[in-house]
Amino acid sequence: MMSALPRSEFPLLAASPRLAYLDSAATTQKPRAVLDAIRDFYENDNANPHRGAYALSVRATERYHEARARVAAFLGVGDADSLIFTRGTTESLNLVAASWGRANVGAGDHIVVTGSEHHANFVPWQQLANERKARFRICELLPNGLIDLDRLRAMLGPRTKVVAFAHVSNVLGTIAPVHEIVELAHGVGAIAVCDGAQAAPHLTVRFDESGLDFFAASGHKMLGPMGIGVLAGRRDLFEAMPPFLTGGDMIEFVEDDHSTWNRLPHKFEAGTPNAAGAVGMAAAVSVLESIGMDTVRAHERELVAAAYHRLAAIEGVRIYGPGPDDRSGVLSFNVGDVHPHDLATILDSHHVCIRAGHHCAQPLMRRLGVSATARASFYVYNDDADIDALVNGVMAAREMFSRVGV
Amino acid sequence: MSASDDRKGAPNGADAHRSNVEALYQELILDHYRRPRNRGKLEHPDVALRKKNPLCGDVIDLQLQFDGDTLREVRFTGEGCAISQASASMLTQRLKGKSKAEAAEIMDHFTRMVHGEGGGPDESLGDLRALAGVARLPVRHPCALLAWDALAEALGSHR
Repeated sequence: MMSALPRSEFPLLAASPRLAYLDSAATTQKPRAVLDAIRDFYENDNANPHRGAYALSVRATERYHEARARVAAFLGVGDADSLIFTRGTTESLNLVAASWGRANVGAGDHIVVTGSEHHANFVPWQQLANERKARFRICELLPNGLIDLDRLRAMLGPRTKVVAFAHVSNVLGTIAPVHEIVELAHGVGAIAVCDGAQAAPHLTVRFDESGLDFFAASGHKMLGPMGIGVLAGRRDLFEAMPPFLTGGDMIEFVEDDHSTWNRLPHKFEAGTPNAAGAVGMAAAVSVLESIGMDTVRAHERELVAAAYHRLAAIEGVRIYGPGPDDRSGVLSFNVGDVHPHDLATILDSHHVCIRAGHHCAQPLMRRLGVSATARASFYVYNDDADIDALVNGVMAAREMFSRVGV
Repeated sequence: MSASDDRKGAPNGADAHRSNVEALYQELILDHYRRPRNRGKLEHPDVALRKKNPLCGDVIDLQLQFDGDTLREVRFTGEGCAISQASASMLTQRLKGKSKAEAAEIMDHFTRMVHGEGGGPDESLGDLRALAGVARLPVRHPCALLAWDALAEALGSHR
């Protein structure tokens, strides 16, 4: 299995030929095209968007809006102005919880999340529930880590205001049945909020067709730069919500005692936007489109299947979650009594980058009955050599620990 | 060209890194990890302290029993990586029977060794010198120091 996009397109990987980078669920490496686009913006079009009457500022504004249109098209958002640029998924989800949540969730209402959420789609809702005296409810998972739709159905009722879930789990790689969850949520009059941080980089996302009310994603997990992300949402919801942050750009008129709000998307983009970040994210989206999301997915399915079977064949390796067919490009595992942090240190000495720890999903760790796991995650630049390095490193760690009996 | 052919890059500095890691995970440390010394709880500890590393979930419960100024019993329980657990096990072994002043001095030597300060590990550290390689792994410093953080607080809180 070769890479879907050659390593030579990624300056960092090209400079470190032996590096097996298997932590793309944390952040991806950046292709030259993205780095060039950011540089090009600053070298040729840099000015504060929406501010100046001069041509350069107009160009900056155009580049920023063009970036929005491209990211919107990539995510299947027809109305580009209902795609808000944020710092990333965490800010996007906080925006929904703080703004829509405070306006719509009251005492005794229910907020439902699943047991496999990243803290970014868990803590904002937990805090909102505590603040509003609402009930924060966690839908437990099936034994293989998939969302239990029967249980979810039974939990929902007229008091349910929000169903928040990850499209793809950052720990197990499980893929949520978005359509079914949206139907269940809408069936009781709740909104469906989707954490798409691990989905947008790997799967075809069609926001408008999904029926979702909100969808959040991060640029840096899909070949783009850090510090830029999006929140796609239904226009009617955005228009009825109060702003999240206030200040420059998001206002219409500021009187001494009150203010009125700018139209979408500006209403939710207070302050100078990260225009270069948006341009970089748009360039990343173009790279993904040129590979084709079907190819991205097919490539990662092959890698995950190969890694899954080869790791599972090593004595003492335990892989969490379902089989390779039901997951995206993420494998969480443990190796006997080798603690994941020791494993990560040993793998690092074999030029293999994996993540070890709770992966910002402590509630899921409790449900798995572990304090930490090792996690390998794959993306377009990975190939068989990376899996070889991973497997060899895991064997070396086992070997090292087997010198002393239990 | 196969995927692995274009991946045979020139060796780089990471090979020194590998020897360091291999030296760190030596039998002594793994032995303390698999067969921790003084593991358990005291019936009547004078001081009991829990330290957690929120980043990785490592946890150490340290219990001390004094006889005047002397650490008569030092026990621990905990969960976590080989480095945090071996460090705790070695701590208990090294400090049992020491005075508070001696314990503080060993703690100081150990902390400096982990931070890579001073010229090589002090002989008074005994087996604990096996953890010297951690100095070159900054992300693992908190693991090696977790039990010692508990000790520092425990010594401070005792009378």
